[in-house]
Amino acid sequence: MNKVVSKDYFSENVVRLEIEAPRIAKSRRAGHFVILRVDEKGERIPLTISSSDTAKGTITLVVQKVGVSSKKLCALKPGDCISDLVGPLGQATEVKKTGTVLACGGGVGVAPLLPIVEANKKAGNKVISIIAARSKDLIILEDQIREFSDDVIVMTDDGSYGEKGLITEGMEKVIAREKVDEAVIIGPAIMMKFASEVTRKHEIPSIASLNTIMVDGTGMCGACRVTVDGKTKFVCVDGPEFDAHKVDFDEMLMRLSGYRDFEKEANERYQKDQ
Amino acid sequence: MDKKDILKQERDAFWRKDIRGKIKNKDRTGLERVSMPEEDPMIRRRSYVEVNKGLTPETAMLEARRCLDCANPTCIQGCPVEINIPKFVKNIERGEFLEAAKVLKETSSLPAVCGRVCPQEKQCEANCFYILRLAKPAVAIGYLERFAADYERETGNVSVPETQPSKGLKIACIGSGPAGLSFAGEMAKRGYDITVFEALHEIGGVLKYGIPEFRLPNDVVDVEIDSLKKMGVTFETNFIVGKTSTVEDLKEEGFKGFFVGSGAGLPRFMGIPGENLVGVLSSNEYLTRVNLMEANKEETDTPILKGKKVAVIGGGNTAMDSVRTALRLGAEKAMIIYRRSEEEMPARVEEIKHAKEEGVEFLNLQNPIEYVGDAKGYVRQIRVQKMELGEPDASGRRRPIPVSGSEYLLDVDTVVVSVGVSPNPLIPQSLPDLETTDWRTLVVDDESLHTSVPYMYAGGDIVRGGATVILAMGDGRKAAEAMDQEFSVINERASIKKG
Ligand SMILES: Cc1cc2nc3c(=O)[nH]c(=O)nc-3n(C[C@H](O)[C@H](O)[C@H](O)COP(=O)(O)OP(=O)(O)OC[C@H]3O[C@@H](n4cnc5c(N)ncnc54)[C@H](O)[C@@H]3O)c2cc1C
Ligand SMILES: Cc1cc2nc3c(=O)[nH]c(=O)nc-3n(C[C@H](O)[C@H](O)[C@H](O)COP(=O)(O)OP(=O)(O)OC[C@H]3O[C@@H](n4cnc5c(N)ncnc54)[C@H](O)[C@@H]3O)c2cc1C
Ligand code: SF4
Ligand code: SF4
Ligand code: FES
Repeated sequence: MNKVVSKDYFSENVVRLEIEAPRIAKSRRAGHFVILRVDEKGERIPLTISSSDTAKGTITLVVQKVGVSSKKLCALKPGDCISDLVGPLGQATEVKKTGTVLACGGGVGVAPLLPIVEANKKAGNKVISIIAARSKDLIILEDQIREFSDDVIVMTDDGSYGEKGLITEGMEKVIAREKVDEAVIIGPAIMMKFASEVTRKHEIPSIASLNTIMVDGTGMCGACRVTVDGKTKFVCVDGPEFDAHKVDFDEMLMRLSGYRDFEKEANERYQKDQ
Repeated sequence: MDKKDILKQERDAFWRKDIRGKIKNKDRTGLERVSMPEEDPMIRRRSYVEVNKGLTPETAMLEARRCLDCANPTCIQGCPVEINIPKFVKNIERGEFLEAAKVLKETSSLPAVCGRVCPQEKQCEANCFYILRLAKPAVAIGYLERFAADYERETGNVSVPETQPSKGLKIACIGSGPAGLSFAGEMAKRGYDITVFEALHEIGGVLKYGIPEFRLPNDVVDVEIDSLKKMGVTFETNFIVGKTSTVEDLKEEGFKGFFVGSGAGLPRFMGIPGENLVGVLSSNEYLTRVNLMEANKEETDTPILKGKKVAVIGGGNTAMDSVRTALRLGAEKAMIIYRRSEEEMPARVEEIKHAKEEGVEFLNLQNPIEYVGDAKGYVRQIRVQKMELGEPDASGRRRPIPVSGSEYLLDVDTVVVSVGVSPNPLIPQSLPDLETTDWRTLVVDDESLHTSVPYMYAGGDIVRGGATVILAMGDGRKAAEAMDQEFSVINERASIKKG
């Protein structure tokens, strides 16, 4: 059992939870995630550790409500307990001093991007961050990202905040303006697919962090498998970060839809019960 | 005294002689082997109730009568942990069921489990006098073992083994499968302060997430876990050694000895086209969703694909469990596709029989070579190739050879790939000094099960690759014995020094 220590709303649908997990707080590195089960009946869902406080023994998760499990999690109040939490999982981000890093975060992908931005800044890189979402209320962690970035560009699809346009347009602008040595891309699969097309065109080495469907998170089930460079990889143990130019995003998008009908049904049932 | 003498002495006990004298051997061998009462196949194929219902005290005593209490009990040599089979069977014959259970527990930590899942027909029963000399069905050792263990549990007589006073030595056990559980039990008995670390949220390893309830109810495993808890064993679930904390961290916290029983949990795929289509999944994923996450139940949040036409690739226990699970999830057609013939199937004979009774179709001597999907990426067909058997290969089984021009398309909506597992690499990855084989299993000393890392022992599937429950359990016991010896020697030396 892990206790929720504090809770903030970034928007109606994006919540930050600080959770007691002293061992994980100590062991985790940027890029790691956890798997949790909200209650005895819950499913196991993966979430990135966005930060940790070793003194308090807590980790912070940023969660977007998309379906039953994320909604149940976001409905918890400080003092409530999560029935199971395991981690840190996955391979940590490899941060090197490369020069200029372009950090691209779409939607709730900004949460897992934050520790990577921080680690890159601390490694002595120049960090330019682009954070993008459909509209203003979905832009999260702007201040935290600013703290560790040399420059931040905010973009919304509808122009309700920052610049109007897709994240790919922002990327093109930065690349036209200055030399980018590396890109980190995290967001919905479809955004990662198009963003990595941009960096491929400009031959910028790029990393994407993949958010596939998972069950155990220890390499046991294969639910999270993706094709990278023609080979099958398990995101939970081999990833979650991969060379963005080698990931088969079309296959990943297809696999993400595997349980869509069930999820829709479950969500409708959950809404009715509330 | 060596093992043989002990067996002889026990066989000479008054009550054993008495029972032997009561019925002539000729009358014993004239008795028919009991059959296991089973749930009706048409009912059980849609339900998770246990298929085998177990013997009654009367039928168990009758079956026990068949055993000749041989002077040279060859059956024992067939059992990997050398259970004193005639001793427990004769106790059943005289109606001392709790005594029989006690005999089992002298050597096996999980008799209710092994009585259900051991491949008896290849082990103890294969070496029974009835088979070797009389060409008659063996004594039903497995059924009797299950009976005695169930009797003890169901009558509320499970005794918690006595533990020695605490030695104040902290030992860590990594993994809570049969290897880890039996290791933990043995160490607790010896007075060690033992903590079992388990990556998942449930204790039991494959016994929980792999083997389905219709074959091994969870309650049976939970009772064993409860008695370990009563013996003072601590369980830490949601704890991945090597990730949550490293072995180094645990050493700093005072753990002195380690046992690795982390199993062979990684699924293998075949690497054929279309294997990543939606609807193609590993048996581990399929079984975990149902057994661990209870996705078959309405009230849980985990989804499961309830295919109508399900094909399972493989011929082992895992394949049988998957295909029978498919039926229980409502499949109209549940098929096994296996590249050799039924004779070569590694699954237990009983599971194959049960699967057939439940209506599973067997497409033997066939092999998938490609999965074909629709526009949305869902699997719709398998391209299947027929096979024939050639010369025996390294495994001693006849090698399957593709028949050219035999390919055809088979309609499916779900495919479960069950072609084997590899050792879990989490521990080796976090311990560079830990020596592994080319198959990624751990290298251990044959006798002591000591690994290449000081004070670290290992057993079960992480050492053997995919093996059996009883072998894993036997390893746990063996490692406990060796570790205890190692620490006793150290303690003795220390106390000699102190004078
Ligand atoms: C390594 C990793 C790190 C992640 N980190 C975060 C994080 O920090 N914050 C966060 O909010 N989410 C994160 N996710 C995604 C998160 O796990 C899913 O949003 C969650 O599992 C959805 O569960 P649900 O029951 O609420 O929704 P569901 O009912 O399962 O799904 C609702 C909708 O979301 C889609 N969906 C389901 N799973 C995913 C997924 N993994 N990625 C994208 N879409 C999905 C479904 O197709 C469906 O349309 C991460 C995923 C991975 C693999
Ligand atoms: C579906 C199925 C059916 C089977 N049927 C039979 C049968 O009928 N008869 C039979 O004899 N055998 C059967 N087997 C095989 C048998 O179950 C295994 O041989 C046996 O369970 C191996 O035991 P183990 O203790 O080595 O490992 P496991 O049972 O695999 O347990 C290992 C445990 O360690 C945990 N773990 C791994 N890494 C870590 C870590 N780093 N930190 C913490 N915990 C960790 C895992 O989560 C797991 O719970 C079957 C197997 C399967 C999958
Ligand atoms: S443990 Fe297995 S092999 Fe040994 S006697 Fe029991 S059923 Fe037979
Ligand atoms: S070999 Fe068969 S008959 Fe002889 S003691 Fe063993 S079980 Fe009994
Ligand atoms: S989540 Fe099961 S193997 Fe990755």
